[in-house]
Amino acid sequence: MQLLIEIANILAIVAIVTILLLKSKGQGIIVAGIIVSQIILSSIVAILVFNHGAFEYSYSGSWITGSIPIRLDYLSAWFILIINFTFLTGTFYGIQYMKKYIDQVDNIMLHSIAFILTYTALIDICMVQNAIVLLIVWELMALGSFLLVTFEHYKTETLKAGINFLIQSHICILFLTFAFMWVKVKTGSFDFQAITTYTSTQPAITSVGLFLFFFCGFAIKAGFVPFHTWLPLAHPAAPAHISGIMSGVIIKIGIYGILRVLMLLKTNMVSIGYMILFISIITGLYGVMLAIIQHNLKKLLAYHSIENIGIIGIGIGLGCLGIGYNNQILIITGFGGALLHTLNHSLFKSLLFYCAGNVYQAKHTMNIDGLGGLLKSMPRSGFLFLIGALAICGLPPFNGFVSEFFIYNGLYKSLSTSNSVLLLFLLSSILGMVLIGGLALICFTKAFGIAFLGNPREISENDLIVESPLSYIPLYFTAFAIIFIGIFPFLLNPLLLKIVYLYQPSANHNSYMFQKTISTNITGIGWYSLLFIFIVGLFYYIRHIVCQQRKTDIDVTWACGYVGKTSKIQYTASSFIRGYRKLTEPFLLVKNNEADALGLYSSEIKHETQSGDKLENWLIDYPFSLVKRLLNRFVFLQNGNLQIYILYGFIFISFIILLPLIVDKIAFFVNFLNQL
Amino acid sequence: MGFVIRTKSIASGRKGPGILQPMKDIIRLWKKGSVLSTTTSFIFQIAPTVYITSVLMAILMIPYGKTSSFISFDGDFIMFAYMLALGKFLMIISALDTGNSFEGMGASREALFSMLVEPAFFIIMGSFALYTGHTSFISIFSTLHYGSYISYMLGCLATFVFVLIAMIENSRLPVDDPKTHLELTMVHEVMILDNSGFDLGLIMYTTNLKFSMYGAIISNFFIGMLPWGISIPLFLLIQIGFAITVGLIESFMARFRMSHNPQFIFILTSVSLLIFFGVLLVLGKFM
Repeated sequence: MQLLIEIANILAIVAIVTILLLKSKGQGIIVAGIIVSQIILSSIVAILVFNHGAFEYSYSGSWITGSIPIRLDYLSAWFILIINFTFLTGTFYGIQYMKKYIDQVDNIMLHSIAFILTYTALIDICMVQNAIVLLIVWELMALGSFLLVTFEHYKTETLKAGINFLIQSHICILFLTFAFMWVKVKTGSFDFQAITTYTSTQPAITSVGLFLFFFCGFAIKAGFVPFHTWLPLAHPAAPAHISGIMSGVIIKIGIYGILRVLMLLKTNMVSIGYMILFISIITGLYGVMLAIIQHNLKKLLAYHSIENIGIIGIGIGLGCLGIGYNNQILIITGFGGALLHTLNHSLFKSLLFYCAGNVYQAKHTMNIDGLGGLLKSMPRSGFLFLIGALAICGLPPFNGFVSEFFIYNGLYKSLSTSNSVLLLFLLSSILGMVLIGGLALICFTKAFGIAFLGNPREISENDLIVESPLSYIPLYFTAFAIIFIGIFPFLLNPLLLKIVYLYQPSANHNSYMFQKTISTNITGIGWYSLLFIFIVGLFYYIRHIVCQQRKTDIDVTWACGYVGKTSKIQYTASSFIRGYRKLTEPFLLVKNNEADALGLYSSEIKHETQSGDKLENWLIDYPFSLVKRLLNRFVFLQNGNLQIYILYGFIFISFIILLPLIVDKIAFFVNFLNQL
Repeated sequence: MGFVIRTKSIASGRKGPGILQPMKDIIRLWKKGSVLSTTTSFIFQIAPTVYITSVLMAILMIPYGKTSSFISFDGDFIMFAYMLALGKFLMIISALDTGNSFEGMGASREALFSMLVEPAFFIIMGSFALYTGHTSFISIFSTLHYGSYISYMLGCLATFVFVLIAMIENSRLPVDDPKTHLELTMVHEVMILDNSGFDLGLIMYTTNLKFSMYGAIISNFFIGMLPWGISIPLFLLIQIGFAITVGLIESFMARFRMSHNPQFIFILTSVSLLIFFGVLLVLGKFM
């Protein structure tokens, strides 16, 4: 196994070198070949882990890093498999998507290198268990994904979003570095197991503090509110396959980090659980509330990633509470639901982003109000988007329902607890989950209904609608996986249970009983979903036969007898959500710019709405503007005069040199005073 | 459904149509041909089918007294709610499919209202799960017993909430008026303006099914462990009573202003929260 991992890593290095020698035409094939072989290698490793149990070896490393342990357990294997699937579809979709940009040779070369780099780094993050090496790989991943996001760096918007992403990634690394240094200073080891040994000897408050640092770091990557602000900027800026991968996998590496640290921590899990649960409910609700008012399709999907991270977080929080209160049901459903939702979200979100990419390439816009009627011109994208939309709303018979059911089941099962604080949190999680579901329904009926149905709202000559069947293979592949998990979820059950067991070493009779019920439930869901599909087919067949006997006319939409010739009178996305917007106005930041008709011959009437992010305004923009105002006081220092700058340098150097002297003098003086 | 219309007409002093009239209407529609819009796609044609199937699946999950339903597992009410949501999703996008702003308006309202109703259902089921310690329809209903006065009160409150949920989900009067002919004020009816023939028949039939489905849930509160001989007449009685109640409410209440509907629906959620805390009180878990 060690050999397989090494080959996968060496392949990446070889590939990066060879790509430099190639023209852009051959690159697609090379990248695909390399990634596919890496995927095969790492999947073999992951499957071996699932069959034969955890696996570990270590490199001796240098005197800086200490020995570098490589440990693979079920959790790593699960995440490696998720990453592999999304990258497999992403690569093939990306090759099709990038054909448009084939002229930009250098750009594509950089993109290919960054792509391989990011993939390799992601896989390695799941395996390495040495703090320094992990931080290096993490940095590689951050840089790689920065390059991927800023593919269209000649656009100011993209560059801005990319730099925002870069800065936030580094704040994340800063938090992680601090947390790892804390452990290193206290225990003298970079090995992850030092975290376990350290926290098991410390009082709970220290461990929770340490966890807070880890959590802040990983939460930035995962996009928990209030660390979510890079997501809605970076996703629309990136090319579609990168958005899909980023939303499907890169933010999930944050979830992996949180799960990994939770596995290592030995402390009071109750307070951690409440904290995660609280943040997650807010994340989920806030994400979807903002998603609804977005009219940029990709931005909408980005906010939806935040929402789904919230759902995953609710699962993780419940799992922690389960450990804390020794509640087996919560452990299984919480962590199980979170892990399954991680997989599910990576599937449907990448599918949705790929479809959005197709729409962008055809219509050159992402504004939902400018689209419409796409289902007729792009039937495949439309159909696949519909599957993704149904799955993300958590509706049966698709996979989103299975993971949400997991979490719901745990919530309802644990209501019989006698702890009133826990009960309140369970109740609010139920409320949160239900509202998230309902709001997601509004959001995706809007996205699908306005963008793909009705009549086209704007038609321009640049529209380029070609659907080559070949480019849809990766998309169909993903859609197949979505339905497959929806119908046969019990196949994943044993894998999930294996991972969950890592968190609860002492399983008792009770939990075995519960495992049985949950697997029968999950099986039940699968079969009933199949039954549902069957009945729909049957009814549709009956309807088909009946309708063939009757007369069917084709005519324009009746619309109460009102036939307008323009497609502008259709309902738009803004009007669709108006009722919702009025209701939630206090929580959101929607700017209305209106110019009423004035005068006898009325001037132009304008109405513009802009949606902002209130939390971002409060928590980030406002403090930063205060800091900026403070720093502006010192602007006189920057006068552009070279001599003055040299003076600054001189003052600084002499200060540094004199510093020990001054300290010495002060010490002497203090001593002198003491002696008096 | 016929009972509702009959009650309404009697209350307003008319003779009114026979009880089986809605069914006759539906059968007549099934025999008719249909008109399809040029704007629409396959969504428009498949939506009514999915709608009726979702409601049928949901009905299959409702038990009858102590007899288990066809589909029954732990947490089946979650699938119940999500099944109904699936049907609603398809109906909403099929309304948007026509490209008609009236139907868009209806779709928008339907999406908003159903989002607001859902918490009430889940909390009620949560309080029953808390009360009985079970998490499936059949075990909840078969262990539901009325021990104290407070639990009677809870049962009444739950019935009240379910009647109102049924009114909203079936777009009955306080929220929506199925009989109005002004498109601006309609919710559900305006969504199906362009459906015709067999599809319209399917949708009408589904609406009726959904109505009686809620009646069945409510009657389950009361049937409990009763033997067949008493429970079947009781079931029918409750269904008819439910229909008459709805008819009476419709006759004597005016439709709300559209903008007041959300507030009305919030009442439901708060009442169901009240039930939840009531259950906590009964179980003595409030510290």
